[in-house]
Amino acid sequence: MDARIALRVDGVERTLTVDTRTTLLDALRDHLGEMSPKKGCDHGQCGACTVLLDGRRALTCLAFAVAYDGAAITTARGLADGGKLHPVQQAFLDHDALQCGYCTPGQICSAVGMLDELKAGHPSHVTQDLSGAAELTDDEIRERMSGNLCRCGAYVNIVAAIRDAAS
Amino acid sequence: MNILLEPRAIGMPLERLDGAAKLTGTAPYAFEHPVSNPLYLHPLQSAIARGRITKIDTAAAQALEGVVAVITHENAPRLASDKDKELWVLQSDEIHFRGELIGAVVAESPQIARHAADLVQVDYAEQPHEAELRADRGDLYAPEQVNPNFPTDTAEGDVEAALAAAAVTIDETYTTPMEHNNPMEPHTTIARWANGELTLYDSTQGVHSVRTTLAPLFGLDPARVHVAAPHVGGGFGSKGTPHAHNVLAALAAQMVAGRPVKLALTRQQMFALAGYRTPTIQRIRLGADRKGHLSAIAHDVVEQTSKIKEFAEQTAVASRIMYAAPNRRTTHRLRALDVPVPSWMRAPGETPGMYAGEAAMDELAIACGLDPIELRIRNEPDLDPESGKPWSGRHLVACLREGARRFGWDRRDPAPGARRRDGWLIGMGVASSTYPYYAMPGSAATIRYGSDQKYVVRIGAVDIGTGTRTALSQIAADALDCPLTAIRLEIADTSLPMATVEGGSSGISSWGSTIVAAARAFRSQHGADPGEGSEIGASMPENPDAERFAIHSFGAQFAEIHIHAGTGEIRVPRMLGVFSVGRIINPRTARSQLIGGMTMGLSMALHEESVLDPRFGHVVNHDFAGYHIAANADVLDIEAVWLDEFDPNSNPMGSRGIGEIGIVGTAAAIANAAYNATGRRVRDLPLTPDKFLT
Repeated sequence: MDARIALRVDGVERTLTVDTRTTLLDALRDHLGEMSPKKGCDHGQCGACTVLLDGRRALTCLAFAVAYDGAAITTARGLADGGKLHPVQQAFLDHDALQCGYCTPGQICSAVGMLDELKAGHPSHVTQDLSGAAELTDDEIRERMSGNLCRCGAYVNIVAAIRDAAS
Repeated sequence: MNILLEPRAIGMPLERLDGAAKLTGTAPYAFEHPVSNPLYLHPLQSAIARGRITKIDTAAAQALEGVVAVITHENAPRLASDKDKELWVLQSDEIHFRGELIGAVVAESPQIARHAADLVQVDYAEQPHEAELRADRGDLYAPEQVNPNFPTDTAEGDVEAALAAAAVTIDETYTTPMEHNNPMEPHTTIARWANGELTLYDSTQGVHSVRTTLAPLFGLDPARVHVAAPHVGGGFGSKGTPHAHNVLAALAAQMVAGRPVKLALTRQQMFALAGYRTPTIQRIRLGADRKGHLSAIAHDVVEQTSKIKEFAEQTAVASRIMYAAPNRRTTHRLRALDVPVPSWMRAPGETPGMYAGEAAMDELAIACGLDPIELRIRNEPDLDPESGKPWSGRHLVACLREGARRFGWDRRDPAPGARRRDGWLIGMGVASSTYPYYAMPGSAATIRYGSDQKYVVRIGAVDIGTGTRTALSQIAADALDCPLTAIRLEIADTSLPMATVEGGSSGISSWGSTIVAAARAFRSQHGADPGEGSEIGASMPENPDAERFAIHSFGAQFAEIHIHAGTGEIRVPRMLGVFSVGRIINPRTARSQLIGGMTMGLSMALHEESVLDPRFGHVVNHDFAGYHIAANADVLDIEAVWLDEFDPNSNPMGSRGIGEIGIVGTAAAIANAAYNATGRRVRDLPLTPDKFLT
């Protein structure tokens, strides 16, 4: 069964017809040619497909495209302003917080979403004091970024980059 | 003679040149290459470990709208060579391991292909299989050699007599489990067959090696096979050789000639089809006098291979060169099982072998009442014990001493289980690292001075995330004595000159030497002010110096561990690696590689274990939920530094390669720290909490 849907991807209105079994990730990659979100596991276990979905980070491999008709999606490509990198991307470059780059767009979207969550006062598993706003400690960054796996082992640089970008 | 380059761009901590493209997700990986009107392939895998297919009913799949082809052994095109049985795909009804490829559906969408794959009915005649590695079996055998071409066994002196006479002996068995490389980018390929030519956009560590492997398999002239790998999402050895899925995609492309066929293995499929590190069972015996001087080292290894293709991991090879002992022996014995084909995984041989060897050295230090660093210093060999050649800069002791100073080793309490804070047992451990220097002959490069006043440097190398693009550009700039901005490097395509595979930490050594040779030839031929269109090519030169020396990298790894006395929870708050690896080409990307290797070593030490169910022959935990690799919260403080040096004998850059040494010794440092923290010696990896309870 096919369905016609509209998605706003990185600020551009796109319409497409998808098999209703199509994930948001496959809709972006196979239908729209938007290759910034990556497929690492297709099971919500690695985070490589993370985008900002209506402003919040989401795993597109666990979302059916047909359920997100009308949604606004920001990928790592859309976070950059033309040739100018987003401050989080620039910090990743400065700290060499990537190697093969395959998990990287997901890390970037996750970091941007995570900093917003922190700013909005969302606690995490490691937040000690639930009565006030969580602080941006390295432990908070590590905990909140643990849904994004990196096999090249760039974690220490990722934490440093996010700390730097947030300050 | 090896003439060293004057480093100018070399040694600069440049940002990686493809950084911005990767950070925005616009750097194309294999599956992302734009092709028109593609088809999607979903593989079929055997549900038994050994036997035959008696019937394969594809009617329901064929009938599904959108299915273009269902391929099985009954209708697949014939291959031309069965030399490599891993690649002998869909050529018979025989099953050799569970998860082996037995067919594929090619369809207009990935959804249809996957649905149709579920509709294929397969009947089997099952035969008994064996999928469990055990050391107590009579059918172990000695391979002719171990990877890549080391002797299977070595023996010098009389180990048994030396052990019998030794004042202090260690005799222990260490095991490492089956482990899977798991690069973040799955193995993917786009195959197109048109006009008798095969084109692959492939996720590989060597475009030319894919060509030279697949061409004879399909009976093609190599010039008719084109391979491109613009960006590769990690490999760690698992993309070092083409695997069965490459052949499957090419067979499918042949059947639907003209249309590109896209294949991305699922994460689950990668556990059967993309190689893995063999489990190892390692018995180590050490003999020493009371002052810790080694008289004997014996390292006997049992590991597995597959019945269809032999891979013999060189696990004991590092023990041949590490320490001075007049009596030494190493052996490798294999058991061939009905299991997937093992292959390279980051520092094959050294990684499991140095885990066992360096844990045994820790045990010897305790038995002798010595500091483990002092024990290693006392057994430092003047010459390579194996070849008798002089070292080309063996600085293990300097690494150990520098690491001890930086890490605060003097604050370690040698008594096990002596430090406790808030319910956590605290310990520190150390281990040595080593990795041999490899440069592989066979690469070629061309340099052309273009109309835009840039030097176009062409070589069919790849960048799997190591920073090849950046480092080779730096080398080219110094070799041509020009600014980095005047270099335009082209890599990752078989239309470029031959380049050897990215493996054995040999990439920069091999390709860099080749570029330097081409640059020197260019200047010699065309001078400092070349005319537009001036061009020259060169191959990797021989380096006779390399034959006169034992060229190895060394390092020292330190770890602090906290183990909760009540729960067994393990945290590693600090790790430090100090490495002697020759000249560093790019400190920024080099640090990332070394830290990355140590992070993978931490993951090996604490988490990684592929659980193969011997009843069925498959890896049960075949995804990231079951096969845990270190996540961000598992990693705390890891630092890597190196000695400021160059190797005068390795190559014109003075470098030795750094992709692998970072993982070597890490697990031993952590296991040794765990003993220091708890007094409990866990010899079987991974170090999971349950092993520290009871």
